[in-house]
Amino acid sequence: MDAAAAAALADRLTETAAAARLPASLTEGDPWRPRPFRIDRWRRDLSDTFTVDLVPLDGPPLTFAPGQFNMLYVHGAGEVPISISGDPDQPERLVHTTRAVGQVTNAMKALRVGDTLGVRGPFGTPWPVEAAFGHDVVIVAGGIGLAPLRPLIHAVLARRERFGTVVLLYGARTPEDILYRAAVTAWRGRFDMSVHVTVDRATGRWSGPIGMVTKLIARGGFDARDTMAYVCGPEVMMRHAAQALIDKGVAAERLFLSMERNMKCAIGLCGHCQWGADFVCKDGPVFRYDRVAARLAQAEV
Amino acid sequence: MGAGQPNSGGSGEPGPVRLLGDGVAALMAVLRAAGREVIGPTVRDGAIVLRPLKRPDDLPRGWHDRQEAGLYRLDWEDRPTRFAHAAPAQGWKRVLHPPEACVGTAYRGGIASSAEGADAGPDGPCWAAPEASPPLRAFFGVRPCDLAALSVLDGILANPAAGYHDPAYARRRRDTLVVAADCASPAATCFCAGMGTGPGVGDSGFDVALTELVEGDAAVYLARAGSPAGAALLEAVEHRPASDAERAAATDQTVRATKAQTRALPADPRAILARATEHRHWADVAARCLACGTCTLACPTCFCATVEDATSLDGVTAARTRRWSSCFTEAFSYIHGGAVRGTRGARYRQWITHKLSAWYDQFGTSGCVGCGRCVTWCPVGIDITAEVAALSETRPSHRRRGPARRPVDGSATPRRRKDDPPAP
Repeated sequence: MDAAAAAALADRLTETAAAARLPASLTEGDPWRPRPFRIDRWRRDLSDTFTVDLVPLDGPPLTFAPGQFNMLYVHGAGEVPISISGDPDQPERLVHTTRAVGQVTNAMKALRVGDTLGVRGPFGTPWPVEAAFGHDVVIVAGGIGLAPLRPLIHAVLARRERFGTVVLLYGARTPEDILYRAAVTAWRGRFDMSVHVTVDRATGRWSGPIGMVTKLIARGGFDARDTMAYVCGPEVMMRHAAQALIDKGVAAERLFLSMERNMKCAIGLCGHCQWGADFVCKDGPVFRYDRVAARLAQAEV
Repeated sequence: MGAGQPNSGGSGEPGPVRLLGDGVAALMAVLRAAGREVIGPTVRDGAIVLRPLKRPDDLPRGWHDRQEAGLYRLDWEDRPTRFAHAAPAQGWKRVLHPPEACVGTAYRGGIASSAEGADAGPDGPCWAAPEASPPLRAFFGVRPCDLAALSVLDGILANPAAGYHDPAYARRRRDTLVVAADCASPAATCFCAGMGTGPGVGDSGFDVALTELVEGDAAVYLARAGSPAGAALLEAVEHRPASDAERAAATDQTVRATKAQTRALPADPRAILARATEHRHWADVAARCLACGTCTLACPTCFCATVEDATSLDGVTAARTRRWSSCFTEAFSYIHGGAVRGTRGARYRQWITHKLSAWYDQFGTSGCVGCGRCVTWCPVGIDITAEVAALSETRPSHRRRGPARRPVDGSATPRRRKDDPPAP
């Protein structure tokens, strides 16, 4: 074969190979590229929990829906999935509340105002807000599970007239572990929302309820047959809370919860968040309870 | 040659041709002349593996593999065949979805502007994507099971309907020509026939499909085009239409290779696994499984990966590297508070249930293509076909009343009694 013929064949192979039918869009883009954000505000919430407000360094703010999360990259330390905790109607400040429990989150805790974080996102399914128009809303949070629910609370209160009764039931380990204490206190002072907080262990001068958040569910205060329920917390807490809501009369298809799994990519490529037939990163993290109840009841899935 | 002419065999419709002379050598020469890196089976370290091939002699001429659960041996005889072996020890994912690949480099701070290829943000982290142009390649001698595995990987990493995709995989895939080869010598661990993926090459997913036949003491090759590129390749090598006898010999060979397979998954593994979530057999597997992850490395469709950071000594650059990972490790499912799947039974259940059941729900296909690699390379010979068969037996469950959620390795339950039926 002479050089000209070989070159012609080479071109023809490139243009007409079986795999050349792959849509060109699939070969483009860089899903791993983080956007730089500057820490504009840093505050400690609890002994191991902190909140950062981020502003973009390279373009428009990141709009998101309540319940979605971002991958936050700390230079050299790694990337972690963290839910968005801010007000979806104020996207110019990207708010993340994080508990320092691992290498990356501890490195993130050491950052201060002016430092930079990488952000990829937003990812995942949101809490369905409009589906609750005309219905009662029950929000059940356990521990730091309040963080992914705060954007939902903002969204509900911003359209308060569209909903029936709005109830927040929150369980913390101790009174010192109550997250967003100022916000919870303010919500509790509203006339159009009822807020109940329980703790596992009463310390100091706590005189409120003691015990699991399920006890608060059993007390009611909402029309269970006409309620949309949103649950986030440790998996064991969500399982019991979901059962308590079902026992109360809430329909399984009106119950939503947000799952946590190990994630390395957030875009359905790394496999770590495989949960049954779903990737928590893109099929979740918010799931409708009736679709996942069976696997939620199983250990080690 | 007629490389510029309109192709006449774009869909492979005109039927197979017989390559004249040493057709495989001619085909490899044409591919190399057209600038393709040819990757194919070759013998290395006592196994048939996939490596760049420089010359036809690199192919495993005369080599034949013996595979059993936990066993792999090569034998040599003075035979002309180059493809008288089952699927190579490793799948093609090693090339398309490499064990280790940089996904990008982050640069810290103002120094970023001096880093070549980095975006100069005011304050970092700035980001440089890795080299975007993979070499042009030709996969040579892709077995039908591995052809199916390529299609499965495409469905995960380069699927327009998935919402997200891996552009680096898609670019490598786009720039790969596929020369498939019928499988005439399945190993004892193979079960492609039952999975519907082989042993003959189907109608799509390749550019050229080869059939190796033995005539006297020579190997001869039939070839079909599966794309216009394949037709162009065949135009560039000497050939004539295949005779009826040659076509019949090819068909017979595939029929024999089908009949030679003794392993098969039981019918409807999805239903079996759906019923078996709390089966006592998980504890049995857990007692044997080493959680080494070899099955996931050997599997041509296992795609899971982790991402690790490596920071330069001055802390300025951090290379982010994606590496294969395995659902058999504890770290794989780790979240704060501990691994979700702490026991080997749970990890095996996760792997096999994903592969044979959840994969259909997620990607519309089986995650298993029947190549048998996980059976061969498991150091303790755990056999996916036998395990599904055991899971299909409705033995009395050791499930007790009590806590709804127990570890599935049986650690909270009585140990197996001596008179329990042995594992199959």
